[in-house]
Amino acid sequence: MNTTAILSAVAVLGGLGVLFGLVLTFADKAFAVPVDERYARVREVVAGANCGACGYAGCDAYAAAVVTGEASITACTPGGQKTFDALAEIMGENAVAVAPEVAKLLCQGEDGVVKSRYDYQGTPSCHEATQLAGGPTACAWGCVGYGDCVKACQFDAMKIENGIVFIDENKCTACQLCVPECPRSLIKMLPRAAKVTVRCLNAANAKDAMAACSKACIACKRCEKACEYDAIHVIGNCAVIDPEKCTLCGECVKVCPTKCITQQA
Amino acid sequence: MMEFTLVNFLLFMVNCVLSNNFIFSRYLGCCPFLGVSSKVETAAGMGVAVTFVMGLASLMTYIVYYYVLVPLGLQYLDTISFILVIAALVQFVEMFLKKSVPALYRALGIYLPLITTNCAVLGVTLLNISDQYNMLWSVLNGVFGALGFLLAIVLMAGARERLESSNIPKAFKGFPISLVIAGLMSVAFLGFTGLVH
Repeated sequence: MNTTAILSAVAVLGGLGVLFGLVLTFADKAFAVPVDERYARVREVVAGANCGACGYAGCDAYAAAVVTGEASITACTPGGQKTFDALAEIMGENAVAVAPEVAKLLCQGEDGVVKSRYDYQGTPSCHEATQLAGGPTACAWGCVGYGDCVKACQFDAMKIENGIVFIDENKCTACQLCVPECPRSLIKMLPRAAKVTVRCLNAANAKDAMAACSKACIACKRCEKACEYDAIHVIGNCAVIDPEKCTLCGECVKVCPTKCITQQA
Repeated sequence: MMEFTLVNFLLFMVNCVLSNNFIFSRYLGCCPFLGVSSKVETAAGMGVAVTFVMGLASLMTYIVYYYVLVPLGLQYLDTISFILVIAALVQFVEMFLKKSVPALYRALGIYLPLITTNCAVLGVTLLNISDQYNMLWSVLNGVFGALGFLLAIVLMAGARERLESSNIPKAFKGFPISLVIAGLMSVAFLGFTGLVH
C-alpha cells in the first residue's frame, strides 16, 4: 500500500481546507456587517408562531421590519398587549393600548336549528359546499360547518361542534387568519369586551328567515326599542350592535324572540 | 495553445458566449437559469455574481491544480479540491456582497449559496484543465462562459417578464411555459454552432 500517496492526498486537501478556513475567518472579520442589536431582542418578544398575522413572511421578517421602523409595533396580534409593550420599550416608542379583539362566528345555525336544503356529500370544504346550488343550509348566510376556518387556525382555537364552528376565545389570538377563509364572511373580529353579540347575518325578510332557521334575526326591531343607549339597529333586515355604545345591559337579549342575540358571562 | 492575439481573443469570446453557451449547448447551470429568471434585474445580478465567481474560480483552480496538485502527482483530486475552492470562494463573495452591495445580496437571496453547487462553475474549472488552457485563457474561458450564462439568463428573464402579462393557457402558466421557452432558445442557439472553428 502506498502510504505516502494517501498521506499526501490527506495533507493537501486538509491543508487547502485549513487555508481557506483561515482566509474566510479573516474575511468574516473584515466584512463584518453591524447587525442592529435590537433585532435579536425584537425577535425574542414577538409571538414566534410564524403565523403571518402581521402581514410579513414570518417572525424573522417582521422583526427586521420593526427594527427598521417600517412595521407597526402593534401588528403581532398573537403576542397581544404583552408584545406591544415589550416592542414599545425596545423601540423607544410610546406604549399603545390596543383593545384586544377576538374572532366571533356570527351564526348559531347548529344542526337542528337551521334547516337543510339537501344532503351534501361532496368534498368536506365550505368553499365547495357553498358553490353547489347555493349551499346545503337553508340559510344562505349561515355556517355550513365544514371547517375551512378550522384548517386555517394555527392556535387550535376552533373546532366543529354540532355542525357549526366553535371558537375557543381563550385560545384565540386575534390573528385573523380564519377571517378570509369563510366563504360567507361569518367570522368577525370584535372587541373582547363586547360580550353582547348579534349572532346572525341573515338579511332575508322575517318569513324567509324564520322558515330557514329558528335562531335567525327576523328584523322585528324589538331590540332597537328596548335599547336605551341607541346601540343596536336593524340594518338591512339584520340587527347590528355598535360595540362603542353598548353598555352590556342585556335588555336586547331579553326581548329577542328568536334568541339570536347572545350575552356571554 | 492559442496565441493571445486580438483575433483569437474575439473568436474565443464568440465561441464561449454564443457557440458553446453554457446553458444552451453544454446544459450546465440550469438551476439558477430557471430559478432566478423571473425578473431581469435579479437575473442580471445573478449573472454578474456567477461571472465574478467563475472568473475567480478559474484563476484559483488553475493555481491549485498546476502549483499544488500537479507537482505532487495528485491530479486525480481535481474535482474534490475544486469543489473546496469554489465553496470557499462563494462564501467569500457572499460576505463581500453582504458588506458592499447589500441590495444585490438581498436580491440574490438563497441563490447565492446555490452558486456553490452550480455545475457551470465546477464545469468551467474542469473544462479549463481538460482543454489545457493556460492561466490567461482559463480566466477568459470562465469570464466569457459566465457572460454567456448572463446573456442566457437575462434573455430568459426578459421573455418571462413579457409572459407575465400575456394570455397563456392555464396549464402552461409559470414553470411549464418557461421550460418550453428554454427549449426554443436552445434550438435558436444551435444556429451558432460551427460559427467559430
